[in-house]
Amino acid sequence: MIRQDAHRIDPKRRATIDHKKRQFATPTYKQQDYPHRLNLYDTPPTAEITLEQFEQWAIDRLKVLAEIEACSYRNKSPAETESHITPLLSKFLPLSSNTAYPNGAADPRLKNERQKDHYSHFILRLAFSATEDLRRRFARAETMLFKFRFQKDDSRERRAFIESLNLDWEPVSEEERNQVAENLLGATPGLRRVDEETWYKVDWEKVAELVERRSVYMKRGKAYVPGREQLSMIMAEFTARLERSLELTSRALPRLDEDDRLTPILNHLSKNFGSAESVYSEGEGHVDGTAITASSIDSLSQHFPLCMRSLHINLRKNNHLKHFGRLQYTLFLKGIGLSLEECILFWRQSFKGKTDDEFNSQYKYNIRHAYGDVGGDVNRRGRGYPPYSCQKILGDNNVGVGQAHGCPYRHFSVDNLVGLLQSTGVHDKEVLRGVREDVGKQRYHIACNRVFEWSHKSEIKKVKEDGTWSQADLDTIVHPNTYFKRSYLLKTLAKAPPRGEA
Amino acid sequence: MPHSVSPAASPSRDDGELPDAPVDSATETGGVKLEDMFNDDDDEEFPASSAQDVKMESSPAPAPAASAAAPGTSGVDTDVMLAFYQRLFPFRYLFQWLNHGVIPTKDFGNREFALTLQNDAYLRYQSYPTADLFRKDILKMNPSRFEIGPVYSTNPRDRKTLRGGQMKPVSKELVFDIDMTDYDDIRTCCQGASICHKCWAFVTMAIKVIDSALREDFGFEHILWVYSGRRGAHAWVCDPRARNLPDDRRRAIAGYLEVLRGGSQSGKRVNIKRPLHPHVTRSLDLLKNYFAQTTLVDQDTFAGSEQAEKLLGLLPDKSLNEALKRKWDSSPDRPSTSKWADIDALAKTGKSSTLNTTTLRDAKQDIVLEYTYPRLDAEVSKKMIHLLKSPFVIHPGTGRICVPIDPRKADEFDPLSVPTVMELLGEIDAYDAKHPVGTQDAEMPDAEGSAMNGSDIKGTRKLQDYEKTSLKPYIEFFRSFIANLLKEERAVKREREETVPPVKADPMEF
Repeated sequence: MIRQDAHRIDPKRRATIDHKKRQFATPTYKQQDYPHRLNLYDTPPTAEITLEQFEQWAIDRLKVLAEIEACSYRNKSPAETESHITPLLSKFLPLSSNTAYPNGAADPRLKNERQKDHYSHFILRLAFSATEDLRRRFARAETMLFKFRFQKDDSRERRAFIESLNLDWEPVSEEERNQVAENLLGATPGLRRVDEETWYKVDWEKVAELVERRSVYMKRGKAYVPGREQLSMIMAEFTARLERSLELTSRALPRLDEDDRLTPILNHLSKNFGSAESVYSEGEGHVDGTAITASSIDSLSQHFPLCMRSLHINLRKNNHLKHFGRLQYTLFLKGIGLSLEECILFWRQSFKGKTDDEFNSQYKYNIRHAYGDVGGDVNRRGRGYPPYSCQKILGDNNVGVGQAHGCPYRHFSVDNLVGLLQSTGVHDKEVLRGVREDVGKQRYHIACNRVFEWSHKSEIKKVKEDGTWSQADLDTIVHPNTYFKRSYLLKTLAKAPPRGEA
Repeated sequence: MPHSVSPAASPSRDDGELPDAPVDSATETGGVKLEDMFNDDDDEEFPASSAQDVKMESSPAPAPAASAAAPGTSGVDTDVMLAFYQRLFPFRYLFQWLNHGVIPTKDFGNREFALTLQNDAYLRYQSYPTADLFRKDILKMNPSRFEIGPVYSTNPRDRKTLRGGQMKPVSKELVFDIDMTDYDDIRTCCQGASICHKCWAFVTMAIKVIDSALREDFGFEHILWVYSGRRGAHAWVCDPRARNLPDDRRRAIAGYLEVLRGGSQSGKRVNIKRPLHPHVTRSLDLLKNYFAQTTLVDQDTFAGSEQAEKLLGLLPDKSLNEALKRKWDSSPDRPSTSKWADIDALAKTGKSSTLNTTTLRDAKQDIVLEYTYPRLDAEVSKKMIHLLKSPFVIHPGTGRICVPIDPRKADEFDPLSVPTVMELLGEIDAYDAKHPVGTQDAEMPDAEGSAMNGSDIKGTRKLQDYEKTSLKPYIEFFRSFIANLLKEERAVKREREETVPPVKADPMEF
């Protein structure tokens, strides 16, 4: 009665492969003829291209993606992004609609454009599927590119494209719509009349964000979605499919290990994209000629951006920081040039309540790990993690109770944020009002830069006037270490000349 | 820990021994217990993280062994616990429920169980290929309670042999947890762990609101509500569609159902937009009467000045608030019902010129929601890997069984009349004393009764022990719930089996 051998496969249960069926099955790979301008990139390419094409196409697409990502880092508005990207797109990655040429979709030029778009996408997939981080960024940039193109698409072609996707959207009949009209009005924000929209019934799982915000009418597992949400649904579909296939690609990637033609190209490509993550490069935050020691952190903290300032204040107040706070702060301190020894000393002195044993057993390792001194594979760990960029800090969704890390502009309530700003000496009403506005619009960078510009306004004016700093030196700050360096330099410059004269 | 002992060897050895072991003798139970302790140390199934707990807990081991009859740390006697598992616990149904069928599949085999042993050690990543092995292990370990986790892509017991990230959760029931502690700031009758009929009403309304939303909005049908044994309730949504939801979709449902946001310090916790979403409208309709009865009368929430102050803080109009405050200050013992009526009365008399009737109505709706809308522990629902206490285990503190609640009769459910394990065992004895013919029966099922489905033993239909007790209606409700679930599963499986040749059932399996 007891099945001792539960792991044995029942002979009748073994997967049976019917060779006959397999032989005539539709192949997963097929030649594509690109009837639409847009592409959900479901079918991988199969035709042959040269190695030069392979590299060139990938580089062209990468240029576009990197610019798109940079635009989003700099918080450009959609209109600004559009004007910035359009020329790049037509130069590197043109993609015309069917009406652009007299022959329509059959035109060879059109086909070439679409082929390049298609192939370059898949090449970059290979290059960017290796790590979780790269996958996420690639999917984000590709989604933005797709959205951009989707919005620019001619409405008739867009409809044809959507229809070709077989998205399982069931239109709601007029009769049914009238029956549930009241519910639709209640559930759908910003809607005045139900008859100004076409409605679709979809499985609620497809519009999970709408469900989560409770802004869609639900009935027995179906969500009633207005036509204008089409864009977000397609985007969701695009991202979901891309993320899934990137995951699959990453699992298949080891098979490329032996390949000595493509692997170097792919590695090179992913490294290039990698640079965008660190707008910051190694050692960039260091300030020359200043010895940064554990004891100087307190006085230097006036130059820290708010996220680090808040950590510092917290640390001094509680004599403790939780793990992610320590990590964020340690990496930042590493970035400003604090050596490992000094850093350990700094934390040791800061954790007043801990005994030496506690400190050594619970905290020291993590600090050394952050500096790349211990842990993991000696060859891979390099110099530990790079200091977190604003994007990384902003991307943390889980700042929990009692934790102090993250970006105050994003993770604090507005009142607490303003309180913190005031306690760090930002009293100007105009600035605080601007910050509130920025935060309301989720433009956290802008808020942070606004505070920076206000607190350094006389210095900035000065360097601009005497021309020692160009506009490029005063570009939007997107890294806490850049903030520190710029703040420090500006303040010391302001002090320097009188001392030099004296 | 000596890892050299083969993990396969020890269970099979114990399997052979245990069924024969007499159970009612206190010394024997102690012996079993001690043996378990040694087993623990041999067992290499401990997750690395819990190894520490085990070591810490091993030291007090001799104590319970020495005084085996004395109540354990849990408050429920260890041999009472063992008797419960042997005679009453519906292993077979629990198996069918999780397995979605009679023939053991991965749905059960790769399911994680987490056992809390009598010494409070916590064993994660247990799994069992069949119902019988599941029962044997529970009898052997005699846990004070156990929890159910997700189905993993591989057998959770093999996790250490796999490279990181290979064992992934693939499905679990969508679960909800309502706990009375979240209501502490609005209930006046009890605090902390205690409950009474008055505050159970909060759980009743939560069940109704959540249940109707899950059924009407999300189209789920197989929702099992279970009393958590003390002061809360759990929901297990068992539809195949719900079980396979990835975490982000679970988060979406939790977000959909969440109306109260922010901690206790954030002031107004209900901030919903108008017009009201149909889900909120429906919930409000359900909750209105409860507000009138529970909040205003039973709890008399706004009687105290502090709570009345809080109520004023939720009202929109300053001059109205001042008028109300004056009135309430002059008569400090004014009951909540009158205070609530005062709001409208004073608003009508036009004490305030700035007052907008729509704003007031909205604010009152928000208040009703704030004081009655379900307070879910959302984290439990969001993650597939979250563990939740199994139905039908004993709550170690109260001794009550975690019985299912029929949501259609949620109003009738009385947590204080849920049978405790001692009552149930007493009922069996009383029944057996009354029906002396059944003496033979009473001994036989000890060995296999609660696990083997008695009705399947052809010819002599013996009465199951649970049928002699007040647990019977609950188990029968569970059984009919499973029957409905399996009916749907069979339809799904039939599709699957069209491609895979049907599995020949083991002749020994029913």
